[in-house]
Amino acid sequence: MIKALVAVFLAAILTENYVLSKFLGICPFLGVSKKVNTALGMSAAVTFVMVLATAVTYPIYMYLLVPSQMEYLETIVFILVIAGLVQLVEIVLKKYIPALYNSLGIYLPLITTNCAVLGVTMLVIEKSGPEFGYIHALVNALGAGIGFLVAMVMFAGVRQRLEACDIPKSLRGLPITLVAASLVSLSFLGFSGLVDNMLA
Amino acid sequence: MAEKKKYNYLKEVTKGIVKENPVLCLVLGTCPTLAVSTAASNAIGMGVAATIVLVCSNAVISAMRKIIPDKVRIPAYITIIAAFVTLVQMIVKAYAPSIDESLGIYLPLIVVNCIILGRAEMYASKNPVLPSMLDGLGMGIGFTATLLLMGSIREILGNGTWFGLDLPGELQIIIFLLPPGGFFVFGMLIALASKISGKKPPKATGCAGCPMAGKCSIAKDEGIDRACSALPEDSQTEKGGEAV
Repeated sequence: MIKALVAVFLAAILTENYVLSKFLGICPFLGVSKKVNTALGMSAAVTFVMVLATAVTYPIYMYLLVPSQMEYLETIVFILVIAGLVQLVEIVLKKYIPALYNSLGIYLPLITTNCAVLGVTMLVIEKSGPEFGYIHALVNALGAGIGFLVAMVMFAGVRQRLEACDIPKSLRGLPITLVAASLVSLSFLGFSGLVDNMLA
Repeated sequence: MAEKKKYNYLKEVTKGIVKENPVLCLVLGTCPTLAVSTAASNAIGMGVAATIVLVCSNAVISAMRKIIPDKVRIPAYITIIAAFVTLVQMIVKAYAPSIDESLGIYLPLIVVNCIILGRAEMYASKNPVLPSMLDGLGMGIGFTATLLLMGSIREILGNGTWFGLDLPGELQIIIFLLPPGGFFVFGMLIALASKISGKKPPKATGCAGCPMAGKCSIAKDEGIDRACSALPEDSQTEKGGEAV
């Protein structure tokens, strides 16, 4: 059980990294990764919402949509739940934990339309089965968030070094950022097979 | 009626294909662009599905633009878009199960595709139904064309095939089918587009199209609220049209 959970967690961070191998959450990855600080704040907020959203949507799907045979409503229900949840978190943080709100709050409105959050909740449903229950789903969501954090922070470091380089005119800005992302993602390919081998 | 603005209908369609290409110029919808462009046929499937959603949601949002209160407009847009995505999802599942399988999770993720929400916010919420539908059509065609281009490049270089047909030669650079190839080809295409158009390449992803741009302090901080140099004049004329 523990072994399986560790495997799920590591796979979500390294081999199935949501940004670098599933292309989810590319917008914040490219947009908010200029400074390490903002990258950290954004990914902390994403991780928090991912786990919370999975914790809510998984039971909704399993105990509400499946018994009433309305699985096709998955998309619309999930996005509304996430939008409501983000709004709720924003209100609660603002009222009760202003310090946390000040550091994470500005990222919250961006997260509603972050495809990584909706992506995690849906992929977890897709994976679910006798071997993959609620706890696995939560661990997967946490791993996905941490994987997002690792990718963002690493990439912020790469981008800070890029600033000082002399880049051909047409490549300046987004194109060179994408080429750098390509190299970072290439390095993550090196992890493939790692988790299976380690825990085999 | 306040809206006597003349629309050049042909221009509404063509601007999305070249001048304001949603992917290469506005840099919206990067996630699906990178994810499904491993084969040309996937690209077409994704493009057509997104275009249908874009046209329908633009039409409905534009028709309801005076009823939807300003404060809850984003949730309202998301609900409308999600309804159409669910519809398209069911149709694709029923009639083209192979496309459903290859697009996988990226089909329902059209809901959070910023092209659709971005066009709703930037265009459909300010313009009448017909121009909004044409705008959606143009943007959809631009999205599909770019996806097709990227899908073709990656499939030809990575797999040595095009639409599943074998091409002569033994070209199979697997890396183009893998995630790094996606980032690389996308970067090169944006560089090429900016070289051809003579404009500076966009600095970052399309915060301009993001419906949260107004609320988001990051966009303001980093000065990336105008990612595309073609955008300011156009969005001004759109706003001007509303004021007339």
